[in-house]
Amino acid sequence: MPKIKLAENTVQLIKDICKEFENKESELINVLHQVQSKLGYLPAEVQEVIAKELKTSVAKVYGVVTFYSFFTMIPQGENPISICMGTACYVRGSEQVLNEFKRQLKVEVGESTEDGKFSINCLRCVGACGLAPVVTVGEKVYGRVAPTDVKKIIAEYRNH
Amino acid sequence: MDIVNLTIDNKPVVVKSGTTILEAASGVGMHIPTLCHMKLDDLNIENKPGGCRICVVEVEGRRNLAPACCTDVSEGMKINTHSMRVINARRTVMELILSDHPFDCLICAKSGNCELQDLAHNLGIREIHYKGEQSTYREDTSPAIIREVDKCIMCRRCETMCNEVQTVGVLSAINRGFESVVSPAFEMNLDHSVCTYCGQCVAVCPTGALTEVDETGKVIRALSDPTKTVIVQTAPAVRAALGEEFGMEAGSLVTGKMVAALRRLGFDHVFDTDFAADLTIMEEGTELLNRLGKHLAGDKDVKLPILTSCCPAWVKFFEHQFPEMKDIPSTARSPQQMFGAIAKTYFADQLGIKREDLVVVSIMPCVAKKYECGRDEFKTNDNPDVDHAITTRELAALIKLSNIEFKSLPNEDFDNPLGESTGAGVIFGTTGGVIEAAVRTAYEIHTKKELPRLDFDELRGMEGIREATIDFDGLPIKIGIAHGLGNARKLLEDIQAGKSEFHAIEIMSCPGGCIGGGGQPYHHGDAGILKKRQAALYQEDKNKTLRKSHENPHIIELYEKFLGEPMSEKAHHLLHTEYFDRT
Repeated sequence: MPKIKLAENTVQLIKDICKEFENKESELINVLHQVQSKLGYLPAEVQEVIAKELKTSVAKVYGVVTFYSFFTMIPQGENPISICMGTACYVRGSEQVLNEFKRQLKVEVGESTEDGKFSINCLRCVGACGLAPVVTVGEKVYGRVAPTDVKKIIAEYRNH
Repeated sequence: MDIVNLTIDNKPVVVKSGTTILEAASGVGMHIPTLCHMKLDDLNIENKPGGCRICVVEVEGRRNLAPACCTDVSEGMKINTHSMRVINARRTVMELILSDHPFDCLICAKSGNCELQDLAHNLGIREIHYKGEQSTYREDTSPAIIREVDKCIMCRRCETMCNEVQTVGVLSAINRGFESVVSPAFEMNLDHSVCTYCGQCVAVCPTGALTEVDETGKVIRALSDPTKTVIVQTAPAVRAALGEEFGMEAGSLVTGKMVAALRRLGFDHVFDTDFAADLTIMEEGTELLNRLGKHLAGDKDVKLPILTSCCPAWVKFFEHQFPEMKDIPSTARSPQQMFGAIAKTYFADQLGIKREDLVVVSIMPCVAKKYECGRDEFKTNDNPDVDHAITTRELAALIKLSNIEFKSLPNEDFDNPLGESTGAGVIFGTTGGVIEAAVRTAYEIHTKKELPRLDFDELRGMEGIREATIDFDGLPIKIGIAHGLGNARKLLEDIQAGKSEFHAIEIMSCPGGCIGGGGQPYHHGDAGILKKRQAALYQEDKNKTLRKSHENPHIIELYEKFLGEPMSEKAHHLLHTEYFDRT
């Protein structure tokens, strides 16, 4: 695993988030959520800081990070694309949508495009099953997405 | 206290409320099979994830089957532990577990000692109806422990030992579903982690997923090399457990048979680590008195309490987790390493051979000893003081391999000069024993009076943390004892916070001390076995004529002829060590 050196203010940011949750081990998932929302991903060095602050083992932290598909150890693209693979979205064709994103962007799930603009991930249900299949790009939600819509969605972000 | 009435297999049973079905059933002689569940009674250790579902029973009026290990009894419950439905469910569960398990039982290191194998046999599994993907996880080999994760059934016992009992925190379940395995963080290998090699994960693993590195092959090779003189040392705890491997009652003392077996295996000299334990007491006891003397004289820089340093897993633990305290433990090497250092100098000189032509093998109740003897500071010109450390289990395997009928062997005595020991050396194998041995010697050196008694019951027992004050003829010496690294951590945190009033603390990594070591015959969850081994060691101590380390005539001779006196420059060079910050 390549070692990265965390900037001092990044370490401080992580420590502050842990402190918001009173450095409680039981708040690990919330801490991971907050840290990922700030940093975009959870590399090993970040997990080490969190483990130390919450007085738990880094193996435990890694166990939680690898259990939940939401957490990632790979840096996300500028525009993280998530395709819902929940039951409702899946039966209405989200797999074809996912395949179309993979084809157009030439990346696999969990990877980012070379220019760092996009990354693709799968998630399980955003609670908008009536709109299935659902795709999110950053905070924006797209409903009833068909493979033919994929090109248009990508184009929205391409030139930004 | 509430009482609950219920029936188990039509037998009326009365138990305390809060009792599990598993415990209630065992009280009436029904042993419900378990796999993930493990409870070590006297040690307060329990693994109860309720994950494997092997222990399911039928409860009248309940829709689904209940896992007996984590379902409490309730008033009027009617339980059937072996109905058709229960047996079918257990077989299905077992078949599902086996559907993803490698079929290499015949050549697996755990064959014959495997709880999964036994259970599959007891359940009469003859066919596996489920075919599917097999996990193919890489093997991870460290200096002491091998992880073959394909054989893991996710019982989580190792996680309980590593996290809750030892607070080492190396192992955790990672990933999800079919991909899930027990692993160090970031799937790094054990030898890159903060693993102490205590081997408690190995001691409780129900399958062959965690085993020790097998060095019996190297020992056989050394024994058959005519250019080498091969000598052996046996740790105190081995003699109280080896018999179990040959079907003898737990707690059988097999010292004499063990010596006879080692001689028949072809060792040129059969020596005893107990001798080196006596030597450890001379050095560590003197160091304690030196530090104490300075402390009493008002020296503010002197570090107290002094901590024992015999246990290699404990040494690695504080090097990783408390490096700022690395000048507190005694600098005395462990008995294994003291033996090796004396053997390859003093004894090799006596034989008139080079250290390279002398092979030192040690029989240890421990897997961390394999790691310890490979540490660089215990080598001279790349030649280790101890060449190979094998476990009690590996010795049993060697004896079986060599067609030796262990139970009918005569009792034989150790060779001299490195085989003579006192009762103080013997009790090193149990929690509390090292400090009791130290007290016996330190008292007499300090007070210059004969001890009025030799048995210090206040230092004995199985409680995780114990403390006692011993009167050194008017000087009260406060002693702490911890076994299990989680308990050690508590005492260390007290020292860090300046709250510790102890003068000396004994620490052993394994619950029970070396008798419960990771290299001992598997206890399969029966903590009573450890108590029997402990009793055996105290009995061996009682049987000895000499019970104080400083009275060992060969120790006295060693100082007269070779070392000078305890803590001399030569003793310092050969018998003491330094510790490293491993963060």
